[in-house]
Amino acid sequence: MKTYLPPEYIVKRDVKLCNKCKVCIQQCTYGVHYYDEKEDCMLSRDENCVNCQRCVFFCPKHAIIIRKNLVSYRKNHHWTSEVITAVKKQAETGRAILTGMGCDKPNLTYWDKLLLNASQVTNPSIDPLREPIEIRTYLGKKSKQVELALTGEVVLKTELTPQLCLEIPVMFAAISYGAVNLNVQEALARAAVECGTYFNCGEGGLHPNLYRYGDHLIVQVASGRFGVHPEYLNIGAAIEIKIGQGAKPGIGGHLPGEKVGKEIAEMRMIPVGTDALSPAPHHDIYSIEDLKQLVYALKEATGYAKPVAVKIAAVHNTAAIASGIARSGADIIVIDGVLGATGAAPKVIRDNVGIPIEFALASVDERLRNEGIRNEVSIVASGSIRSSADVVKAIALGADAVYIGTAALVAMGCTVCQRCYTGKCPWGIATTDPEISKRLNPEEASRRLINLLNAWGIEIKEMLGGMGINSIESLRGNREQLRGIGLSESELRILNIKPAGR
Amino acid sequence: MRPLSQVNNPYKDDKNIDACALFGMINIEGTRFPFKDPLKAISNMRERGNGLGAGFAVYGIYPDHKELYAFHVMYLNRQAKRRVEKSLEEEFRVVLSEELPTKEAKVSNPPLTWRYFVEPNTSKVNEEKITEDDYVMKNVMRINVSERGKALIFSSGKNMGVFKGVGYPEDIAEYFCLEEYEGYMWICHSRYPTNTPGWWGGAHPFSLLDWTVAHNGELSSYGANRRFLEAYGYKCTMQTDTEVLTYAFDLLVRKHKIPLELVPKILTPPFWDEIDQMQQKQKQLLTALRQTYSGLLMNGPFSLIVARQGQMIGLPDRMKLRPLTAGMGGSFLYLSSEEAAIRVVQPTLDKVWNLTGGEIVVGMVKAPAFVRLQLATMR
Repeated sequence: MKTYLPPEYIVKRDVKLCNKCKVCIQQCTYGVHYYDEKEDCMLSRDENCVNCQRCVFFCPKHAIIIRKNLVSYRKNHHWTSEVITAVKKQAETGRAILTGMGCDKPNLTYWDKLLLNASQVTNPSIDPLREPIEIRTYLGKKSKQVELALTGEVVLKTELTPQLCLEIPVMFAAISYGAVNLNVQEALARAAVECGTYFNCGEGGLHPNLYRYGDHLIVQVASGRFGVHPEYLNIGAAIEIKIGQGAKPGIGGHLPGEKVGKEIAEMRMIPVGTDALSPAPHHDIYSIEDLKQLVYALKEATGYAKPVAVKIAAVHNTAAIASGIARSGADIIVIDGVLGATGAAPKVIRDNVGIPIEFALASVDERLRNEGIRNEVSIVASGSIRSSADVVKAIALGADAVYIGTAALVAMGCTVCQRCYTGKCPWGIATTDPEISKRLNPEEASRRLINLLNAWGIEIKEMLGGMGINSIESLRGNREQLRGIGLSESELRILNIKPAGR
Repeated sequence: MRPLSQVNNPYKDDKNIDACALFGMINIEGTRFPFKDPLKAISNMRERGNGLGAGFAVYGIYPDHKELYAFHVMYLNRQAKRRVEKSLEEEFRVVLSEELPTKEAKVSNPPLTWRYFVEPNTSKVNEEKITEDDYVMKNVMRINVSERGKALIFSSGKNMGVFKGVGYPEDIAEYFCLEEYEGYMWICHSRYPTNTPGWWGGAHPFSLLDWTVAHNGELSSYGANRRFLEAYGYKCTMQTDTEVLTYAFDLLVRKHKIPLELVPKILTPPFWDEIDQMQQKQKQLLTALRQTYSGLLMNGPFSLIVARQGQMIGLPDRMKLRPLTAGMGGSFLYLSSEEAAIRVVQPTLDKVWNLTGGEIVVGMVKAPAFVRLQLATMR
């Protein structure tokens, strides 16, 4: 069948600059560039190009530019070229269209419609270079009340529940071995240790090389139960039950058998070459009381020494679901918004299912407070956090901390080209190919991550100081520090913030 | 738009923003004294107020009715008075009801002010299985919320009373005939609000049961504090940060039985770096307090005088961004925004000092000595 799909990108090569060194051929994992010996020139297979920018960065002569191929279909706001391409692609393949990373549609980023406050005159702002500003955060169940024995010496009667201590309220979201290679996980682990935060190994089990980072690790238990064994549960600082994920709410996972090599098979505890299927639901959780059983089964297995988190995708009834989770014995609720990323998801799901994290977060925090159980759980916001400002806004809306996934990958080199599902990531990130994986040096990548978190830490303190706040808990749920711009009455009401100027 | 005379915060700012003068004095023998000294002191700090609010809380004021809750209520009209009185008759036994004595003074638009000595309806208290204090608090909040400013119970403790309104302290004192009263502790407040509240209920001090809070400052953490307290059943209706301080003390000390000297470890706690270095037991205690009550950490510039029966407490913010001076002389403990205000009534003091960030001062009636605790020090 002749393809009616035009190439998405065009490779522009300045032949005057190009010295035919062939670096681009080595760097491209999609076979875009090739050398024509007969003509003695460099040529491109444009249809293979994903616009990852690898060749552009590595061309020593800066001879390459990648352009979007602007196909001149007749202009149509409804039948855009993206839509036409999708229909043609499906007509040719008969399959769901796969994609990677998070939803790229406009109008779903509400962080940019929220503005922060600062002190003037009536309240002195605080200079973080001169005064201490605290951003340490504890995640976990807090008691409703501290009980003390007061005969003579004050003695604490309330038992402290297990907590995660974050020196910066930013953690690395679940990214599994299989979706990425060990170098990536190693880099995340080292940065988590250095910055006093946590990384999450995702649902693909845990490589023995990462056991030494256990104190800064959150292990995940997902519907496939891959790699879950007593040692795994006990090695981490916390356990996360993954119910759903913002990029694909209601959808399971499928790692094809071809990708299940010896190492992945060992870690996932499945035979080599078999498909690794994560069912859409947990087949032992068909209701909220089943979740409670799993939470307590995991607590039993780990001697009640570790907080248990439950991760859900932000969907329409998130507030009610979160209330149920808070009563299930879970210590932390993770909410992943519609913009949350993934290694692979059907595009139609990624772009159409779920709601923005800002609304989910605001309504969950509100509901838990109204029910008087906000102290029972910590809330982690995930999906779409790009900057320290997003972190501050999330905490002001009611989050205790945030997860970053895409931002961490971008720090390591990712250019968000959305082709993670091919397993050929030229930046050595979303690939388990041993040769391509070598492109990511865990030492250098962890340095980039550490720099990123340190920079965010400084910026968070600057913003807090400006508000006249010297401890992050005074920001949590402090929506008076937020104003909305360009939001409808109902959006303002759900976020429970005032419009700018009022 | 709501009439300005009914609301504390006419422009619906997040909270009231103001600067203030604070003054408090307590006689630790419990001896009652007249208003002359406290008024002289607070009037001495005229620069710190702008005539848009002043008030006094007087303890030991009603010895003849000390077993009864004394409600001071302001009304904007007769209908509100009828509604509240009907409600009081239903929920309480009203022993005495009378208009608060007032006289001509330089104040504008004073509301009707009445006082009631009441005791809770015992069968209802038993039925609800709550304490008398909780019963009173619940009803006071219910009435204040439902009246939306048309009526306000602004004083509800036993053997104490609050007098406040829009004016300079000396005008308010004259209007409420404070020369008629004596108390062993006087808490005074003079305000410099940045908006123009015409509502008498918006003046300080704020009071609930026998708690009184006089506050100079602004809480940057107000939104977080309010939302935390609302989860514990408090209704923040006044859009002012002083309100949350009152409720925080009530929750911690009365409901959760946290000893007063530990309260600053929650409101203005030591830094985590300092807690990390403490001995195991103390570290656990402070960690538990700070984690559990993280939403009550008070951020921003403030100094506070908190009072309840027999106790006066002074507390500045974590970084000491607003002034608070303590002085001891004779049988008195003084707390004031300025030392000069203390000197004007007691030129010779045994001791006078400026509080440091997070340092609490507690003066107690018949306590062997004044308690001074160094709690959170800045590096």
